[in-house]
Amino acid sequence: MSNDFVAGFHFVFDRWGDVLQQKTLEHLAISGEAVAISILIGVPLGCLLGHLHRFSFIAINTSNLARALPTLAVLSILLPYTGIGDTTAIIALVILAAPPILTNSYVAVDQVDADTIDAAKGIGLRAWQVLLRVELPLALPLIFAGIRTAAVFVVATATLKGFFGGGGLGDVISNPASFKISGIIGASYVLIVMSVLAQLLFLGIEYLVTPVGLRRRRLSSPLRRGGVRPATEVGDDALATSQLEQAQLKQAQLEQGSITR
Amino acid sequence: MIVAVAALAAKAPVIPGSDAYGKTSKCVKDNGTFCWDWVRDRWSGTVGPALVQHIQLAVVAVVIGFAISFVLALLAYRARWLVPPVTFLSSLLYTVPSLAAFYILVPITGINDFTVEIALVSYTLLILFTNTLAGLTGASGDVRDAARGLGMTPTQSLWRVELPLAVPTIVAGLRVAVVTIISLVTVAGLIVPDGLGAVIYTEGLKKNNFNTALIVGGVLCIVLALAADALLAGLQRLITPWAAARRSR
Amino acid sequence: MPVDTGKTAAPLEFRNVTKRYEGTDAAAIKDLSFVVPAGEVCVLVGPSGCGKTTAMRLVNRMIDMTGGEILIDGKSISGRSPADLRREIGYVIQHVGLFPHLNVANNIGTVPRLLGWDRKRIASRSAELLELVGLPAEMGKRYPSQLSGGQRQRVGVARALAADPPLMLMDEPFGAIDPINRDRLQNEFLRLQREIKKTVVFVTHDIDEGIKMGDRIAILREGGELVQYDTPDAILANPADEFVARFVGADRGLKRLALTNLEQVDLDEVTCVREGETISPGTWVDNDIVVVVDGERKPIGEMTRDVSSDSAVTLGSARPVGASIPITASLRDALSLMMTESIRPLLVLDGEGRVAGWVSIDQINKAVRQVPNESAAIDAAGIDLDK
Ligand SMILES: Nc1ncnc2c1ncn2[C@@H]1O[C@H](COP(=O)(O)OP(=O)(O)O)[C@@H](O)[C@H]1O
Ligand SMILES: [Mg+2]
Repeated sequence: MSNDFVAGFHFVFDRWGDVLQQKTLEHLAISGEAVAISILIGVPLGCLLGHLHRFSFIAINTSNLARALPTLAVLSILLPYTGIGDTTAIIALVILAAPPILTNSYVAVDQVDADTIDAAKGIGLRAWQVLLRVELPLALPLIFAGIRTAAVFVVATATLKGFFGGGGLGDVISNPASFKISGIIGASYVLIVMSVLAQLLFLGIEYLVTPVGLRRRRLSSPLRRGGVRPATEVGDDALATSQLEQAQLKQAQLEQGSITR
Repeated sequence: MIVAVAALAAKAPVIPGSDAYGKTSKCVKDNGTFCWDWVRDRWSGTVGPALVQHIQLAVVAVVIGFAISFVLALLAYRARWLVPPVTFLSSLLYTVPSLAAFYILVPITGINDFTVEIALVSYTLLILFTNTLAGLTGASGDVRDAARGLGMTPTQSLWRVELPLAVPTIVAGLRVAVVTIISLVTVAGLIVPDGLGAVIYTEGLKKNNFNTALIVGGVLCIVLALAADALLAGLQRLITPWAAARRSR
Repeated sequence: MPVDTGKTAAPLEFRNVTKRYEGTDAAAIKDLSFVVPAGEVCVLVGPSGCGKTTAMRLVNRMIDMTGGEILIDGKSISGRSPADLRREIGYVIQHVGLFPHLNVANNIGTVPRLLGWDRKRIASRSAELLELVGLPAEMGKRYPSQLSGGQRQRVGVARALAADPPLMLMDEPFGAIDPINRDRLQNEFLRLQREIKKTVVFVTHDIDEGIKMGDRIAILREGGELVQYDTPDAILANPADEFVARFVGADRGLKRLALTNLEQVDLDEVTCVREGETISPGTWVDNDIVVVVDGERKPIGEMTRDVSSDSAVTLGSARPVGASIPITASLRDALSLMMTESIRPLLVLDGEGRVAGWVSIDQINKAVRQVPNESAAIDAAGIDLDK
């Protein structure tokens, strides 16, 4: 059985030139296209909503909802309507990738410190200048974390295209008849390396766009992985003075005025 | 909803050799966009069992994955040095594309549900470990200080304070994990003849893209994921009334 | 409602206590010795970072000391299991640290549950404590997130009192509350303390809070060095050194006046007449004012000597009463009011609004110069801990 793993390596080296190189490039092309479209949709929309601090419910729940749309299921449902081909695959991959990018962009801009924005407005920046010069730079790391999540998902999932009309490394993986188990394992090696490289590439970008002062904390946080944001607790002390408290406060003031004249 | 979508559909090409569909109606023979009669005929023999298998595969993976992650998170909570290696390993497992993971395991464990479960469990680890740990460490310093100051032993504090407070975060992780796994079980159907993925693959893709099987498999899969998510969300509201009290303020 | 007063309070003693945090050269607490008699409030006060919290947390072994000994009720805490020890010591911190997942009743019942009390006893104890800290019983079902800051603080105190500990530790308990509510909570706690008479170690960086809350004040300096340990009155009257004098503030004379209220002063006698009465010249005392009162000795007007002469008093010849002040007010309040009244004496009224006496600037002068009645610096060896 360990022979299969060795054979996988042999396959990679022997067939790189005539099969794998082309399939890898196809794979990257379709992935790149899907991620690019997702960025074009998700980043502007997310940033705009975050800037407005509106529609948080929609912005945050799109990625929760999208997670419940397995790409294979989406492909299956689309196939009867859009037929076999790149369009079907791209639509399915954008449905996979755009939501985490949108949600992260929204959260990234939405959570920029209100005092910082106040200060920016205070020194006379216009709304669009606030967005471009203050919110966006501070939001970039989180936006790129969303893109990273999406890119890794897409590289892995683009393999399904091999089962739906062909193209990319999925062609090899879905075709044991031609490539045998060694071919499938060899293609899997390439796929894994691609995923890890995509991960590292975007981690690098994330690091570079992180303002120096925030670097250590942001990057090492594994919680941003896969769009997993642990549920956050609302601060308790925000609500120190309730109505009741204000009533008591009034009463106390009255009592203090008991020195009669 | 399915009917409405079907009405919009373009006609698929007529496929030769249509007796491959078994008992055949005209709709099935012509590969119509959606054939209710096929669903009716094949529900008890194919679709229903696939749905049940799908649920079983997902539940087993999440239960085992949660058990492992939970223990790892408890250990890492006490011995913080465990956090980086566990996070690194589970991140790596999470990064490996699911199909690649399935196939890499095949030479070792063969083409069967066991292989599928190993791969699925490896996917849950990052999410569940991360969220469980985040939940445990999420209790504020004041709350932990108070627990200790009132005379709780570390174990009492863990079970009575940190863990209950972690429940919302843990359930949030479980929701992500369950939905992810339901999705991946579909992919596993491309390899093993189980679950809704197998309906899509063997009844749909393998049979010249038989539309009805593709749509039924896909829609059931989405419905299942949404239902599981809603179920967990409801469960969480039930077991953490205090979190609801906080939200409603 | 009376609390079960079995072993209600225990004395606390620090004996040459030293604490050095790992990785630091300077000690956070250096050779600290003092005694808090049972049932008294000892305030640890000093600038931020001087070691107040450290000293307090040594008592319930949240931190372990490097050297010395701490005794509660004459017994050293060193051999005790920290968890058991802590269950016998009430603990309140600035941010309260209520458990968000437990309702108020269950928060209060935390220590009783750890001690294995049965459900019924815990429930009745929770209800009793809610009442004690002045919260309605229905509040037991609320979650902490549904309470205001002041209410949470009260629940925190109730939770600390749940198992009727003989000793309470409070670390800046009212530090995060707005000034007016803080004042309220302070007064409530003082009222509560009169009822429950616990030994309390109270940490604050606010000297005014210390003066108000403390039976005794321990003033610490950076490095946990005890500079002065005495009653608030004695510290204000005789600061041990320049540091203490600066810390208590240049207005320490005024602060001292705030400690004394008019009940504790020998008030000047007031000449009272009823309407229609005649006053013989011999009855004039001290100042020239005579107060016209009604049947219950409540003031209705006043007049000066030359107006009244020998004739019968009529209200028509009187003018309205000048400034008055309740007998519960402090000398500081009296002085303040006097300032706005051109230093003339103030009429002091008792709880029912009846005339109690005059207070004049002379009495305030006398009070300022007075030596503190008991300078209470306690010699550790001199106190009987078994009393
Ligand atoms: N865990 C710790 N490790 C090291 N030094 C500490 C620790 N806690 C407090 N310190 C130091 O001990 C000194 C006293 O701290 P603390 O007791 O918190 O002061 P206070 O409560 O009076 O503000 C400070 O200098 C502080 O920096
Ligand atoms: Mg402190």
